[in-house]
Amino acid sequence: MDRNQSRRQVAAMKQSLFDQGLLDEQFIQLEELQDDANPNFVEEIVTLHYRDSSRLITSIEQALKERNPLDFNKLDTLMHQFKGSSSSIGAKKVKAECNLFREYCRAGSAEGCMRSFQQLKREYAALRKKLEAYFQLARQAGPQETACRSK
Amino acid sequence: MGMAAETQFHVLAVDDSLIDRMLIERLLKTSSFHVTAVDSGSKALKFLGLVEDGKRNEEPPTIALEANQDVEVNLIITDYCMPEMTGYDLLRKIKESESLKDIPVVIMSSENVPSRINRCLEDGADEFFLKPVQQSDVNRLRPHLMKSKVKDEEDHHQISNKRKETEESHSPDKTRTKMEPPKVVNSS
Repeated sequence: MDRNQSRRQVAAMKQSLFDQGLLDEQFIQLEELQDDANPNFVEEIVTLHYRDSSRLITSIEQALKERNPLDFNKLDTLMHQFKGSSSSIGAKKVKAECNLFREYCRAGSAEGCMRSFQQLKREYAALRKKLEAYFQLARQAGPQETACRSK
Repeated sequence: MGMAAETQFHVLAVDDSLIDRMLIERLLKTSSFHVTAVDSGSKALKFLGLVEDGKRNEEPPTIALEANQDVEVNLIITDYCMPEMTGYDLLRKIKESESLKDIPVVIMSSENVPSRINRCLEDGADEFFLKPVQQSDVNRLRPHLMKSKVKDEEDHHQISNKRKETEESHSPDKTRTKMEPPKVVNSS
């Protein structure tokens, strides 16, 4: 596969992540921060995000287990952090799930929290997998121009 | 890309989130700022050389040592929601300090709460950015830094003039136009 073809594939993959509503403008902002001195900035920050957020997921899971009663404040605080981190990398759908979870916290709905958390984890895992594939392909294709969307 | 002759502004960034620290640091560096990033308000105060003696809440203005003059910080940008010391608390402490109060402070938050924003702006914050912070936000920092720089230069100029004259003269440093009409959101 020649280089141009690889690059087109990468661009197409990225575009599809946007089309599916998985990523938002923030991801483009991250790409614009990449340059010759920081060629892997996006991958680095996304990697850090996954390290950070998997810890938060564990904490949230733990908190959801301590059920008598659920500590909604604690859950909301943890989710606030999780949402912030997700938002910073442009994880659009995951962010929406975070908002939903927080609504349930504020409503004091244990059932709602549990359900939305399951959904959130699914979205989170799906995006993670796609981003890993994306970065792998991008690395193979070599350095390319970043922003592909007209501003 | 070193256009190094110009003085580089030094920004202190405060955020408990590692991702956000990384992001703000990168954003600031692309604007050619020199950056120090810390993960808490107390570390920020320590960096600024402002050391308190313990209690916060009930005590009247804390007994603060004078800031470390070797460290020059031209702007502080801080997250609002942080454990222990919020960005707002940090703002207050900076504004209460004789040596630090003229440093512009910018607050960042992921939550769009008008009352929160107003309170920060009214209590001395120069800007309030919603997260995720973008390049266009960081571009708004320079005017605040330039104003402070001009003010510093005026102060130095003033001081050297005063040496010759009497004590009293115009004190333009007191009319701080830095506080432009804040973006006060009126809910009526």
